Amino acid sequence: MAEKAANGESPEILFWVGCAGSFDDRYKAVTQAFVKILNKVGTSFAVLGPEEGCTGDPARRAGNEFLFQMQAVSNIQVMNGYNIKRVVTACPHCFNTIKNEYPALGGNYEVVHHSQFLQELINAGKIVLKGGGEFKGKKITFHDSCYLGRANDVYEAPREVLKALDVELVEMKRCRTKGLCCGAGGAQMFKEPEPGNKDINIERTEEALATGASAIAVGCPFCLTMMTDGVKNKNKEHEVQVYDLSELIAKDMGI
Amino acid sequence: MSILPQLIFFLIFAAAGFVLYKRITYLRRNIFLGKAETVNDQPDKRWKTMLLVALGQKKMFKRIIPAFLHLLIYVAFIVINLEVLEFIIDGITNSHRIFAPLLGSTYTVAMNIFEFLAIAVLVSCVAFLIRRNVMKVGRLTQPELKGWPALDANLILIIEIVLMLAILSMNATDQILAARGNDHYVLLEGLFFSSLLHPLFEGMSDGSLVFIERFAWWFHIIGILAFSVYITYSKHLHIFLAFPNTWYSNLKPKGEMQNMPEVTNEVNMMLGIPTETTQDPPAEIGRFGAKDINDLSWVNVMNAYSCTECGRCTSECPANITGKKLSPRKIMMDVRDRAEEVGKNIDAGLPGLDDGKSLLGDFITKEEINACTSCNACVEACPINIDPLSIILQLRRYVAMEESGTPAQWNAMFQNMETSFSPWKFAPTDRFNWADKLKEEEIK
Repeated sequence: MAEKAANGESPEILFWVGCAGSFDDRYKAVTQAFVKILNKVGTSFAVLGPEEGCTGDPARRAGNEFLFQMQAVSNIQVMNGYNIKRVVTACPHCFNTIKNEYPALGGNYEVVHHSQFLQELINAGKIVLKGGGEFKGKKITFHDSCYLGRANDVYEAPREVLKALDVELVEMKRCRTKGLCCGAGGAQMFKEPEPGNKDINIERTEEALATGASAIAVGCPFCLTMMTDGVKNKNKEHEVQVYDLSELIAKDMGI
Repeated sequence: MSILPQLIFFLIFAAAGFVLYKRITYLRRNIFLGKAETVNDQPDKRWKTMLLVALGQKKMFKRIIPAFLHLLIYVAFIVINLEVLEFIIDGITNSHRIFAPLLGSTYTVAMNIFEFLAIAVLVSCVAFLIRRNVMKVGRLTQPELKGWPALDANLILIIEIVLMLAILSMNATDQILAARGNDHYVLLEGLFFSSLLHPLFEGMSDGSLVFIERFAWWFHIIGILAFSVYITYSKHLHIFLAFPNTWYSNLKPKGEMQNMPEVTNEVNMMLGIPTETTQDPPAEIGRFGAKDINDLSWVNVMNAYSCTECGRCTSECPANITGKKLSPRKIMMDVRDRAEEVGKNIDAGLPGLDDGKSLLGDFITKEEINACTSCNACVEACPINIDPLSIILQLRRYVAMEESGTPAQWNAMFQNMETSFSPWKFAPTDRFNWADKLKEEEIK
């Protein structure tokens, strides 16, 4: 972003990569897939790179409001400094925080989740899918992330993206408003679960596997980790893959 | 004719009114133990929410069988109250079925509808008793319901059954007496459901029938008055509080956590950003987060008094499903129990909130709140828009900011964020490294 600003460019969107998208090995692939799509369709975008910091979501959910606001205010200063108008992110937690919680601290942007952005690109005819690609007719189930679904009522965009791939979308029993959490929200990603008789991601993975889908599609880095671990735990990693939406699209586009 | 029944009726009615007034004042005071908060934005949306969710039962219908049974009781409650109006006028003026001559055959139609609803309530309540005690539906038999909550639930159902039986017996005996030509009684053009009970009473003398009819009448009206007082001690309060509860419910996106402006000023100062507010800091800075009910908003406390312990929240809670201690329903029950404890304390002249106990610690444990994934399933599931998550997150804020009592792994996450602006320990300068692979590919 710094570079573009120095050249007097103001890109259409800011792609908010997020911590998982920057550091998590598995989610870096998602970032790369999404960026390939953006490059392919010629969207002008920028990233903040080292100027980006955690939105503060896990700190806030764990109760540390000071730390959250430190992160938030710093990020808002950076984004306002670049006069950012539109933010796209592949993380529903970043999406929720920037969209709903930054305005109270002076950060007002139009924020969209990458599933919504992909849907936009498909609807606008910018992404042309082969339709007969690798996933044609295959059973895929979509796992709703809490911070996209219930928290922000985005249920259809990711499903529309999947339908554009010509896959057979199979729903789990608990989907949309009744979707079961993967177990990582509310800062659970960063600690061991409390004592219980089962891990939440196992409960959810069992439900996903029961659909008979050959792939589980997600739209969230935490869900991706939790579901991948769940599938491994069930020794199904060779039969069932867990993908982010943008990976599926990029594969179909052959990029 | 003696004026005694009128006098007795009037006294009972006035006494019930007085007790109810005292109880409502008490409940109101307890709810306002919570922090003041003005909630009156978007009134149109609030009225609409109330109409759809409370009056229209929209969210109940996510589970069709209980929703249908509940709807029958709900409609009966509203409609049969019209009959109670007649009871009250009859009681005060010593008349009998005062509306019958006024409404003519419409009256018979109305009475038949009431009787149908009475039967519907009977069937529904029996079904609910079976669900609780025979089928033992999971969410209705969980540990937090042991003791009073389970008894309360069964009592409500039994009271409703008995009240409905009283109405039907009253109508049956009344009509037999009328058919026998007793001039005090009004012969209607046939009451279907209570006529099914006629065989039970037909062999009795006029005297016994008058006794049963009068007994049923008094039993029903005193029963209703007593029940309305009972409700103020019971989870059944939802029949009234569901309305304000939905009106005052959260209209923002569910994922949004309430901002803490008192923190913003300090953060701005630490970051060297000039703050707009130049006024003096408040004399007493309140607690960060919530430890007890007075730290919560009054809306949270009203939520607790509105909860009817149906457990839909808990049955959808991922933590509870997988055997963790957290149960959103228990969170609501704990808030109510604590508010009751403090309220009684104050009324007994004891120190109220300063009784050495608190909501966090004595009622709700850290293990419970630490198990929450903030997934909003409980909020979504509640048929009357109760928000257990809001309470859990406020308690977490207290633990983190006042006690520094968060789990060690969270503390480590905090530290990473403070030093490297990420919950994981990576150098901020490496944030753009994901692009290396793309650059390599481009070169190739």
